Amino acid sequence: MRKYTPKDNVQAKSYYSDRFWVAPRVPREAVEEGTHFDRVVATLRSQIKLSYVEVGQLVIHIDANENFAVIKKLKEECGYAQCSEQSAVDYLAQDGEFELFYQFLNINEAKRVRVVCRIKKGEAIESIVPLYKSANFAEREMYDMFGIKVNNHPYLKRIIMPDDWEGHPLLKTYPLQGDEFAAWYEVDKIFGKEYREIIGPENRDPASIDRYDTKRFSRVGYEVPFGADISQGEVAKEIEYSKTLLVDYKTKSKQLDERK
Amino acid sequence: MRQQPNKLTPFFENLNFERDNNTMVINFGPQHPSAHGQLRLVLELDGEQVIKAYPDIGYLHRGIEKMAENMTYNEFLPTTDRLDYIASTSNNYAYALAVEKLLGIKAPRRAQVIRTMLLELNRIISHLFFIATHALDVGAMSVFLYAFREREFAMDLMEEYCGARLTHSAVRIGGVPLDLPMGWLENLAIYCDKVDHEVVHTYEALLTENRIWKMRLENVGVISAEEALSWGCTGPMMRGSGVKYDIRKEEPYELYSELDFDIPVSDTCDSYGRYRLYMEEMKQSTRILRQLIPMYHQSTPQLMAHAPQYISAPKEEIMTQNYALMQHFVLVAQGMRPPKGEVYVPTESPKGELGFYIKSEGEPYAYRLKCRAPSFFHAGLLQEILVGTYLADVVTIIGSTNIVFGEVDR
Repeated sequence: MRKYTPKDNVQAKSYYSDRFWVAPRVPREAVEEGTHFDRVVATLRSQIKLSYVEVGQLVIHIDANENFAVIKKLKEECGYAQCSEQSAVDYLAQDGEFELFYQFLNINEAKRVRVVCRIKKGEAIESIVPLYKSANFAEREMYDMFGIKVNNHPYLKRIIMPDDWEGHPLLKTYPLQGDEFAAWYEVDKIFGKEYREIIGPENRDPASIDRYDTKRFSRVGYEVPFGADISQGEVAKEIEYSKTLLVDYKTKSKQLDERK
Repeated sequence: MRQQPNKLTPFFENLNFERDNNTMVINFGPQHPSAHGQLRLVLELDGEQVIKAYPDIGYLHRGIEKMAENMTYNEFLPTTDRLDYIASTSNNYAYALAVEKLLGIKAPRRAQVIRTMLLELNRIISHLFFIATHALDVGAMSVFLYAFREREFAMDLMEEYCGARLTHSAVRIGGVPLDLPMGWLENLAIYCDKVDHEVVHTYEALLTENRIWKMRLENVGVISAEEALSWGCTGPMMRGSGVKYDIRKEEPYELYSELDFDIPVSDTCDSYGRYRLYMEEMKQSTRILRQLIPMYHQSTPQLMAHAPQYISAPKEEIMTQNYALMQHFVLVAQGMRPPKGEVYVPTESPKGELGFYIKSEGEPYAYRLKCRAPSFFHAGLLQEILVGTYLADVVTIIGSTNIVFGEVDR
């Protein structure tokens, strides 16, 4: 029987796991009172679902519909002037959701906050480009990599992959080597689908040698014309060395070089 | 009237530009020598003035974040070399630090000293590359040759340490793989003197008061502080706009809290100010390197953190002790399993804030790895600061942003 592989997550998985092993968790600390993070939490109190400090940074979970309002408050009232990063994590297989995160930096306090929210598959998120222009490229990349639509983005278009690409590469359902569309992308685009059989699949093994290929390979002692079919067998030939004539200019005589 | 394309009169976008509204659309790159890699800029020009700029990236996309999800943590480390390939160790380090934060381990003292040395040496390599290519783009050919000569010496030092000149992989998760070779520190001290001398007497002497250089750079590529913050500019791009923020100082990692160095800031907000900043940063880097040399001598020889669950024991123990060998076998065959959790760790790479966001589900493979690359955001900035400038200044501005495409496209 063929080995079962789940279709909703085709990324590499560990081939061995201890049945009784439970992964520990990076400690999540409560927000200490009187700190800068405490004031941030107090400002956003009504909109926060969950807040904690993980590895020195405040993490707040919010409702995805309120992302613009929360981030606006974060910028204007808490002084988070820079959006360092924005992207998503694919949890479609487990929860049918994407987890979006925004990473913010407060220059004056040298503190960082991560805002986390979840959206269902097919839902869109509000753009934060009016607040942070760095989100322009970041949200485009998220759209390109996950297919998450962003409302009111000035120019939501693929950024890294070609415009006519199919599929979103960072989804867990997208294989590392690419899907069929990816494998034939250049051939389909340049020559057309009918040329797939003529050109053949891309060779991804840099060390591969086709034994019967007489266009790119030749074997000493078995020389055949360029492109000859040798799949039915081949005849050994003696090695032919190029002939060198030795010229004696005094006697004007030529003779074959036999000194090999 | 816009030309209607059909089979007999195909659409050539610039054919009728003079009749229409006198704008011309040109492609700058992706094969332009001044584009510093595979940058394609679509520029709409009114005469020689840019009225619209659209940076098109992705020509060097290799799916490094996807690869990270399919590799164990140690397997992925050499791949990070290919991000900012001008200063590979800073990428290795940023990744290793992020994983270490996730694991909750700390590299031993000597490893910290060596790492900080390598980071600063890479900063010098990267800044020399910047000044070389930037000057070459603007037209100062000789600076290119001098700066590359000094960069070669720094790469020789890297080669002596780790065997590679470009793709170093000189940092491991939990420490460094090797101790410094004999005589390396003496060579480093000589090199620091050399850089200090060359920066002042060659590059700055050739450029700082050079009339052509000043005319080409002053008031070109002006970025206000608000713009710099909003567009996610970091590193020299942000400090060039008068915002004094350096992650080494503000959120210190490694040994930077113990070291004495200054953060240069420029409030001219233009390319010339950023050039001065890069020169000053090189001097600060040599200052840091000089302080690190005695710190190395005071440290004990341990190179890798002791965390048997995650990090293999030293080779001597693996070859002599059965249990160390067993652990090493499991760590190589299966890979380490960090705890569940997520972490975002910023570091100050030569280009700006290089951060790794890692989401771990307790498996040997990262569930999600996001590389926050400074050049990606600096490339995005181009669509705003190029508008209104002249075509000749486009080259200066691209050079001044110091973007590297391994990092932009990942």
